[in-house]
Amino acid sequence: MQTFFIILILAFGFLITFQIAKASEYVAVLRGEEKARRQTNRINAFLLLAFLVIGLIGVYYCNERLKGKILGESASVQGEKIDTMLYITLAITGVVFFITQILLFWFAYKYQESDKRKAYYYPHNNKLEIIWTVIPAIALTALVGFGIYYWFKITGDAPENAMQVEVTGSQFKWEFRYPGRDGVFGKKYYKEISPEKSNPLGQIWDDPYNHDDAITTELHLVVNKPVKLIIGSKDVIHDVGLTAFRMKMDAVPGTPTTMWFTPKFTTKQMIEKTGDPDFVYELSCDQMCGKGHYGMRGVVIVETQEEYDRWIISQESQYSRAHPQPAAPKSQPADTTKVAAVNLKN
Amino acid sequence: MSNEANLHGHTEIVTTHEVHHDEHHVHHHKETFITKYIFSQDHKTIGKQFLITGIAWAVIGGLFSVLFRLQLGFPDQTFPILETFFGRYAKGGQIQPEFYYALITMHGTVLVFFVLTAGLSGTFANLLIPLQCGARDMASPFLNMLSYWFFFLASVVMVSSLFVSTGPASGGWTMYPPLSALGDANEGSRLGTDLWLVAMALFVVSSLLGGLNYISTILNMRTKGMSMTRLPLTIWALFFTAILGVLSFPVLLSGFILLLFDRNLGTSFYLSDIFISQTGQALANEGGSAILYQHLFWFLGHPEVYIIILPSMGIVSEVLAVNSRKPIFGYMAMVGSLFAITILAFLVWAHHMFVTGLNPFLGSIFVLLTLLIAVPSAIKVFNWLTTLWRGNIRLTPATLFSIGFVSLFISGGLTGVFLGNSTIDIHLHDTKFIVAHFHIVMGVASFFGMFAGVYHWFPKMFGRYLNNTLGFIHFWVTIIGAYLIFWPMHYEGLAGVPRRYLDLRGWHNFNHFGELNKMITVVSIIVFAVQLMFIFNFFYSIFKGRKVRHQNPWGATTLDWTTPIRPGHGNWTGEIPEVHRWAYDYGKDGREFIPQTEPIGKGESHH
Repeated sequence: MQTFFIILILAFGFLITFQIAKASEYVAVLRGEEKARRQTNRINAFLLLAFLVIGLIGVYYCNERLKGKILGESASVQGEKIDTMLYITLAITGVVFFITQILLFWFAYKYQESDKRKAYYYPHNNKLEIIWTVIPAIALTALVGFGIYYWFKITGDAPENAMQVEVTGSQFKWEFRYPGRDGVFGKKYYKEISPEKSNPLGQIWDDPYNHDDAITTELHLVVNKPVKLIIGSKDVIHDVGLTAFRMKMDAVPGTPTTMWFTPKFTTKQMIEKTGDPDFVYELSCDQMCGKGHYGMRGVVIVETQEEYDRWIISQESQYSRAHPQPAAPKSQPADTTKVAAVNLKN
Repeated sequence: MSNEANLHGHTEIVTTHEVHHDEHHVHHHKETFITKYIFSQDHKTIGKQFLITGIAWAVIGGLFSVLFRLQLGFPDQTFPILETFFGRYAKGGQIQPEFYYALITMHGTVLVFFVLTAGLSGTFANLLIPLQCGARDMASPFLNMLSYWFFFLASVVMVSSLFVSTGPASGGWTMYPPLSALGDANEGSRLGTDLWLVAMALFVVSSLLGGLNYISTILNMRTKGMSMTRLPLTIWALFFTAILGVLSFPVLLSGFILLLFDRNLGTSFYLSDIFISQTGQALANEGGSAILYQHLFWFLGHPEVYIIILPSMGIVSEVLAVNSRKPIFGYMAMVGSLFAITILAFLVWAHHMFVTGLNPFLGSIFVLLTLLIAVPSAIKVFNWLTTLWRGNIRLTPATLFSIGFVSLFISGGLTGVFLGNSTIDIHLHDTKFIVAHFHIVMGVASFFGMFAGVYHWFPKMFGRYLNNTLGFIHFWVTIIGAYLIFWPMHYEGLAGVPRRYLDLRGWHNFNHFGELNKMITVVSIIVFAVQLMFIFNFFYSIFKGRKVRHQNPWGATTLDWTTPIRPGHGNWTGEIPEVHRWAYDYGKDGREFIPQTEPIGKGESHH
């Protein structure tokens, strides 16, 4: 019923508008098209100026309303560079924006048709054109320079001491694999994947490096310690989006990608910083991946080294989940392989 | 080619016949209703066909956006009326995820290809190239007719895909595999995607037939005296648009064909290492690269945005010059910057792929080339501003839309400087920021160019004017609405809100834009309603609009306004006029304007 009324009101409003429009067209014909044009010209020129002024106020108002809801301080060291770059670009483009928009609407208002004025025949001026080719070129060179400098810093190799975590996306969830005590990920092959056999990532159990690898549903990171994510996907393209850290990388089936960064604040620190007791770092899928895309959420927890150590020790390896041992003593062989694996690595 | 000669002969006959009847809209007696309005080979009629089909598509595409905006603005409300119309896709009056993704996919496809490519350059290239170059028709009127009918066929296939039981394609308008290749991973990737691909293949054929025709007409069929540097900027823009299309659409087609193979013939161009959890099966495909598709797609995809914006730039240049009563400032710089944009358009595609794992060094090259585009774009903006400066501006609806175009092009162009920089793109990639950016700069801005063109050349198309008052309302609501919709959306993107999320309530960090999203939805419904008003104005004015009584109502210099008010097939009743000067002698030597057909007078100053 409500919808019906809305449609009725719209139709009615339209009918009135149309009648007025039709009448004004007749009036225009009667009064002479020149004269009618002069009048609408004045109105529209004034509106253009009003649009400029109200628009600029609107830009300010919008910023006041929304600036508190956006960035906040970057939660990663690398993200600071991205924010710096963002603000450099904002400053340069902001100046251009205000100058050009003000000139555009001001000219449109100031030079509206008038009997007193003759248009000024001004087909070209090489000097002017060189000026506004060179100045943007210089500004953009600066932006490209800064941009590429930061880009290489961010996308360069991860530091030696970085911890490694493997992230795997699939419709519509995230799984994280930690390499275990040996620090090495075991081999995997997608045809081995079998959720029924507790092998969600397709680990090859013959590879001893796999025996201590743990799979988790939360991403735990250590504060101030660089982390390198090795990113893959089981089915379609996903994207590891870490807004708070300003990080993003696609997860492509068949083509592993990597990304590294250094978290700056623990989750607890962020709770204090934001004053939001429910604060949580979120991992969002940023590449369209099907009907559950909008709910493909992961939780990231940044903690101190001690907290992390306590947590990682409590994680059971996927190998032992896939190979449940009936009695306690028999779990011994699995441990020896772990030791062997460490030895192998050394 | 003998066929073409025949057709050409036919054209001449029509023309001689026209001499006696030009004002009465009487045509050659052999023309039936079908040859005149349906399988017409007259470029003007084909242009109108493109425009009207484009309008139909714009209504469909726009309606889709209203539907998914309802979900975004009011995720917690139900709209029972939706269930009435869409059944299980809107179960309980709520838009289901599959439906949502089908809507955004079709919205993108329809608006980018069917409206802003076919509807924009199809309309104005057809209408203006022969009229402004001084030709009786296109180089091949027959291929030109085929171009429209391939487009129509593509439209039929695309519409039919909306009605298949598994739904239309829903993998996003970019149709990235593996999502688009695997029916088990995505309902819309079943028959819907095959139909989508077939429709797009037909569309590419249409676009190539049209493009080759435009290029050959501009190069070969200009009238006497019409050197390339005397062409109006509309023609230059349409010329470069056609070149972009001809060189890049085939690459897209190849990408689509490989995707069709992967989908139906078991090849592995894009597929590798895939385990589908819905079926619990690992696919046999190994060694393919999903990223390869993205390279092929964006090799067209990026030039495509210039295919969309260049015609608008041309139209705006022309409309601003005519209505400022001043020559366009820096004609050669305008042509040069169009040329630079055309070249650069081919060299920037990977900036859509900064976070795909692309080699960072390669990425840096694309940053450089991408930001270079800002230079010719800046030149164009400054030249438009200088064209307005000290003009005597008539604020017709077309002029207003042109001014609006420049404003939007500045706003959207500047946010491109953010996204083109790979460092910032890491944060903003695939967020609402990019949605806001491209809607302003190539969506709404191109629409503004198109509206400017329609308001400006409507008298030439139909011999009547559009209603001005409705035109003004149309302009003001649309520009205010466009800024209200897309300006605050940048902030959502800065906050990291990903695009293509239909419900943010499950997210702690994205869930504080509820009010904003409501506002955007309400405004977009109003803006959509006003577009319907424009369409009403369009069709009403074709039959009932104020009649054009002057051959050259805007006082323009170009050849299109030397034809009769309602030109027949063949355009000019007598000889095709000869051209003696460039297209922008406005306000020269104290004269209001000097048509291109007027010989250079003695003692006339040089520009």
